[in-house]
Amino acid sequence: MKIVVLVKQVPDTAEERKLDLATGQLDREAADSVVDEINERALEAALRIKDANKGTEVVAMTMGPDDATQSLRKALSMGADSGVHIVDDSLDGADTGRTAATLAAALRSTGFDVVMAGNESTDGRAGVVPAMVAEHLQLPLLGSLISAEIADEGVRGVRQGEGGTLNVRAGLPAIITVTERFPEARFPNFKGILTAKRKPVTTLSVAELGIPTGASRTVVVSTVERPPRAAGRKLIDDGTAAEELAEFLVANRLV
Amino acid sequence: MSNVLALIEVSHRGEIAASARGLLAAAATLGSPVAVVVSPAPLSDDDVARLGELGAARIYLAVTAAAGTVLVSPAVDALSGAVDAYGPAAVLAANSVDGREAAARLAVRVGGSVLADVVQVRSDNGTVVAQHSVFGGAYTVESVVKGGLPILTIRQGAIEGQAPAATANLQTVSLEARTEGAAVIDQFNDDAAVSVRPELRTAATVVSGGRGLGSSGNFVLVEQLADTLGAAIGASRAAVDAGYIAQTAQVGQTGVSVSPQLYIALGISGAIQHRAGMQTAKTIVAINKDEDAPIFEVADFGIVGDIFTVVPKLIEAVKARSN
Repeated sequence: MKIVVLVKQVPDTAEERKLDLATGQLDREAADSVVDEINERALEAALRIKDANKGTEVVAMTMGPDDATQSLRKALSMGADSGVHIVDDSLDGADTGRTAATLAAALRSTGFDVVMAGNESTDGRAGVVPAMVAEHLQLPLLGSLISAEIADEGVRGVRQGEGGTLNVRAGLPAIITVTERFPEARFPNFKGILTAKRKPVTTLSVAELGIPTGASRTVVVSTVERPPRAAGRKLIDDGTAAEELAEFLVANRLV
Repeated sequence: MSNVLALIEVSHRGEIAASARGLLAAAATLGSPVAVVVSPAPLSDDDVARLGELGAARIYLAVTAAAGTVLVSPAVDALSGAVDAYGPAAVLAANSVDGREAAARLAVRVGGSVLADVVQVRSDNGTVVAQHSVFGGAYTVESVVKGGLPILTIRQGAIEGQAPAATANLQTVSLEARTEGAAVIDQFNDDAAVSVRPELRTAATVVSGGRGLGSSGNFVLVEQLADTLGAAIGASRAAVDAGYIAQTAQVGQTGVSVSPQLYIALGISGAIQHRAGMQTAKTIVAINKDEDAPIFEVADFGIVGDIFTVVPKLIEAVKARSN
């Protein structure tokens, strides 16, 4: 079985993330770039299938600037067999529609039985790219799963819905997205880090994928920074702080 | 006035989702709201009246055996039919697991573009302008679609108010049940407890607990304060990971984003990922024994103290004042 895991490089959520106020795009200098944690969980799920069945091939695919190779190397050091890096200056600032069209073309040329991704990235949080890719490829999507069983016959999973969960299934090929309920990812071990350097990474450009060039159709028209919150009163409890807080809540009509 | 489609989700038990109000309110600010509904059976008169009350001028009802048995794709087929029928200026769906997948597939199918996780909409000389709250409310961003149909996913609980009531004109179409290229639903497992507390995303007051609670048994302290204040219950990721409370209560970067009038953080250190889900609250109160906890940097009222001492006293003090 061939599993392609979609990996996105995002700003570290443990740091202050910034937008460029002129363009509305991410300020890549503001915070360190890391593999989005939800993608690591998707990769972990794929690697567990490989652990149980050595015939499984796991490919990590990313679309991003030159330095997104770091994310692919991380995925390779965790245990992915190879990487695909879609890199092209014309994809700078690509919106979800353009991103999905590009990923779909790359997935077609790479080939797969299963595509695994996170349910939403921590930076864009749109949660639409996997479903767009599924529509481009005319494939079933099992989205927002809390667990999954993947076999040659097909995939079954439990989807987190709004008021409960759903048991869902589809034949292969299929696309699935995982939620935070999936297990945390393993750490790369020393051997993994060493062998990662020798694993193949294919680079693809927009021209090689044969998709039309052109700007994204969603356009940011304004970006405004919210003034930072100032700290207010801070009391050390001497036994009366609860009373003072109750007074504060009443005075501000919050109770 | 141009038509604006709103995908109304109906549960497998036939209940109209709570997101319907906000979707139709947003649709009404952009044009004439058309509720798009997928159902295995005709809608009841009550449901038609209810959608009218919420502002639907028209209802496009797609009746199909695939509703409730095939995942999301019946909604995409229905929306696509409604786009052909009404030539809308925009399509709105909830930013829910179903809504955003339907929006995404529709965008590819009809050549539209998605504006995601929208918190406010407006029309600027006929152009649909979407407002987003980015990086936990640190930025407010406005975006538009240039060329092609704007398809918006609306953050649940973000749109206030209700559209003017209308008498909904019902159009029913029957939809072929297709399963190719789609996932199948075998079973629904409803959440057991139907809470009497307010819904976290829309509550005016939220009381959240963190790792400082120490155990799931101690989490009852959060519940007691929440019930005294009529508040919803939230939690930090640390408390969820420790198993104190269900993941659906998680507030933060990867959980629910809340903007209540009052947010009370109990035993929460306030890591940047948690603040990303609550820092747009109007008033923030924090109680934590660690004087250097980062939550105090954003708190309007902070108490450095033991939650197990302060919170019971606070409950008594609030009760005394409300009597």
